[in-house]
Amino acid sequence: MTIGDWLTESANWAFLFLAIPTFVASVMVVSSRNVVRAVLYLVIALGGSAALFLMLGAEFVGWTVVLVYIGAVIILFLIGIMITRAPLTKSVDLSHPISAKAPAALLSVLLFGVVAWAVVESFGLETIPLPEEATRTGEIGLSIFTSWVIPFEVVSFVLLAALIGGIVLARKDEPAEVP
Amino acid sequence: MTSGFFWLDTFVKVAIALGFMLGLALPVIYAELKIMAHMQNRVGPYYAGGRWGWAQPIADGLKFVQKEDLVPADADAPVFKTAPYVVIMATIAIFVVIPLGPDLVARDLDLGAFYLLAISSIGTLGVLMAGWSSANKYSLMGGLRAAAQLIAYELPLLLAVLAVVVQAGTMSLTGIVEAQSAAITIGPISVSLPFILTGQIISFVIFVIAMVAELSRIPFDMPIAESELTMGYLTEYSSVRFSMFFLAEYASLIALSMVVATLFLGGYFVPLVPEAWLNLVGPMVVLGKAALIVFFVLWIRSTFPRLREDQLQNLAWRWLIPISLVNILVISFFAVAI
Repeated sequence: MTIGDWLTESANWAFLFLAIPTFVASVMVVSSRNVVRAVLYLVIALGGSAALFLMLGAEFVGWTVVLVYIGAVIILFLIGIMITRAPLTKSVDLSHPISAKAPAALLSVLLFGVVAWAVVESFGLETIPLPEEATRTGEIGLSIFTSWVIPFEVVSFVLLAALIGGIVLARKDEPAEVP
Repeated sequence: MTSGFFWLDTFVKVAIALGFMLGLALPVIYAELKIMAHMQNRVGPYYAGGRWGWAQPIADGLKFVQKEDLVPADADAPVFKTAPYVVIMATIAIFVVIPLGPDLVARDLDLGAFYLLAISSIGTLGVLMAGWSSANKYSLMGGLRAAAQLIAYELPLLLAVLAVVVQAGTMSLTGIVEAQSAAITIGPISVSLPFILTGQIISFVIFVIAMVAELSRIPFDMPIAESELTMGYLTEYSSVRFSMFFLAEYASLIALSMVVATLFLGGYFVPLVPEAWLNLVGPMVVLGKAALIVFFVLWIRSTFPRLREDQLQNLAWRWLIPISLVNILVISFFAVAI
């Protein structure tokens, strides 16, 4: 299949329309010198990935990304930044020396390589037909609570551990009064 | 109802949603001016338009449009300018899933109720953007208060909807209305009852309280408390951008009232009307039910004093969330038992 063939499909144009802004926004998240702006670019990137899920008919996952990431995580990021400091200008301390940047860049390229390799290895150029309609949420719920109930509970356990860890780290116990 | 042409359908639906928003926001603004005035023993708008001051909202709108569109010198201009659009978009998107009749719905998503909560949470982002980018301490404080409040009250809102979903067995709003129109047989009589009468009264109360808080209306208007924060995150906004926030507030009041009508009051369904007529009378029924809720919210606004910030957070975290969790337990118990 050539690029020309690929571009004749209208779905691929829709994909590009979503993927390019997502990609650009993701790059801007790490290159922006303003913390709040970086978070706002992250919103665009997350919105793009939610839209890609919707395009694949995975409505539940798509809207979960919107509700959980954009609606909750990003808002908490923003509140955290704004309560401590909310610079309207560029922050100087955001620029790191090359010795810190290089390993980070290397790691992300490696991660991308591993994921891309895994996808190509398992699916290759095979075409997977999209379901005619979006997946029914009831079916997802059933499969979570029947075949996948143990992984589901394990994930909730991890979240609980993170929650307790957060409380333990944040709380300061006053030393008991010694008479 | 579809004509078979995707783009034509989409265009018509968007036009209807926009018309809806503008066409309903102005009467609601007028109703608020007049109803509040009468409740507080004032006259309210009197001269504009000749009689009863009916043209007051139009005059206000024109006043905003002809003002100068100011952007503070220190503001982050792109973010400052985008914030109103984010807020208004989150509001308009709610109308997509609200059914006005058995076939009169822009898109009957299988995930309707979930979509509704997800998309309306984006509005918070717009408020924070507005608060931060204005480069003003009042705005920042207002934005932070608004976000803290919206997060706190989003949980009871979500849990109240969850209780309804458990009883209806579906997240599609059309499905929820159909669940309410199913006849219940008690002894010799068989009637269709809305969810508010069949065990969702607690969810209804929680939803309406949380809804008023989500709308940042009195008594939950700490984010724009005029006496201490000037106008909160709206301080630096003027002209068209301010009126967009203003319009979004009233449009989401209408949208959420229609959601209450759909979730708890039976939506477009009325007893004794033949199935075939529901598409015709449905919109009026939904709007009538929503008007009751709007009146109730205006009533609360004109009679209650403002809550303090700590009272506001206490109400959400110590009362509404535990109560709604217990409520879900009870309702799931009955849903399984019956």
